Amino acid sequence: MTVADTDVLDIAREVVLERGEGLSEADVLRALRLPDERLPELLELAHQVRMRWCGPEVEIEGIISLKTGGCPEDCHFCSQSGRFPTPVRSAWLDIPGLVKAAEQTRATGATEFCIVAAVRGPDKRLLSQVKAGIEAIRASGNDIQIACSLGMLTQEQVDELKAMGVHRYNHNLETARSHFANVVTTHTWEERWETLLMIREAGMEVCCGGIIGMGETVEQRAEFAAQLAELGPDECTMNFLIPQPGTPYENYEVVPGKDALRTVAAFRLALPRALLRFSGGRELTFGDLGTEQGMLGGINAIIVGNYLTNLGRPADRDLAMLTELNMPIKALSETL
Amino acid sequence: MTVLGVYCETCGKPQADNEHAVCRARQEINPPRYCRECRRRMVVQITPTGWSARCSVHGDIEG
Ligand code: SF4
Ligand SMILES: [Zn+2]
Ligand SMILES: [Zn+2]
Repeated sequence: MTVADTDVLDIAREVVLERGEGLSEADVLRALRLPDERLPELLELAHQVRMRWCGPEVEIEGIISLKTGGCPEDCHFCSQSGRFPTPVRSAWLDIPGLVKAAEQTRATGATEFCIVAAVRGPDKRLLSQVKAGIEAIRASGNDIQIACSLGMLTQEQVDELKAMGVHRYNHNLETARSHFANVVTTHTWEERWETLLMIREAGMEVCCGGIIGMGETVEQRAEFAAQLAELGPDECTMNFLIPQPGTPYENYEVVPGKDALRTVAAFRLALPRALLRFSGGRELTFGDLGTEQGMLGGINAIIVGNYLTNLGRPADRDLAMLTELNMPIKALSETL
Repeated sequence: MTVLGVYCETCGKPQADNEHAVCRARQEINPPRYCRECRRRMVVQITPTGWSARCSVHGDIEG
């Protein structure tokens, strides 16, 4: 019998569950091609892998848009690009608004608060706003960990963020390298990769993921999982396309629930030790039932409350779901 | 009671168009984007627990 004949879930049991190593690109592809009848088995294995290598805790995060809209880049999925006729108008949040958002986030039990700006990369004004914001959050007595997502960075900016106490930085590769140029033309996948390496080098945690459902093939989903595994992020954020009015992808189909679940589980098998976070598009793609299945299929982190340009379901519904699933919320002391 | 207004808050087209099934279906994930009285695009700020939207003529709404 050749390796190709061996059932992919048997391979995953040996390599991922027993040894804690990520599944190869070829085997991730085979997992993504499993028929619907085998989806429950795939999800169960992904859940076992998550329990064994990450544990039962779920990390909760809230996010806030500090600077919304008017971005010069052309990421085709994004309603905040200034290049597309979307209904999103530019807005800046003030410092009291940021402090309040951090407070609301902490009140849900979240340990992570991510400050996001729609920019190619930060300028001096944005960085000083972030710095003042972090100081004000700390002055309010809020000890939540702070992450940022401010686009591509220079080394100097990386060092500045590190000095501000930012402990994690989000920068998504968005999709497979071979598909990226179809999605974004104003910068390259490699430029994003460079920023990610600098973040890691500076000792900040790396959060990197992308969006499923942007016209990529199933092979490219496997390719993307392998590229993320090569990066080895502390957190992988999984978004599912919300076709945004006015963007080039406005008429794209929402990813079918079963495909989305297969993708979640396959990414868990590629990244056994990473935080795998349910992010944008969860409500539309998964609904309530699919969300629970995802939590039992490899996911161990969620964004609660609203997103940047879309609304989420109320945080208390997610918290009630976690209680029902017997999954404790990761506490701040465990993350320090 | 929901006051419908003249324009759809999601797509900005007249309510009378009756083509807002998708807009309504996605209301749970979309904050209002257009003023329902004058269809101006509003400045919208979303926070973890709510949103606010401002029309330069008709003022602020919140949810
Ligand atoms: S860089 Fe970010 S905010 Fe700008 S268009 Fe791309 S995804 Fe949107
Ligand atoms: Zn409408
Ligand atoms: Zn108005």
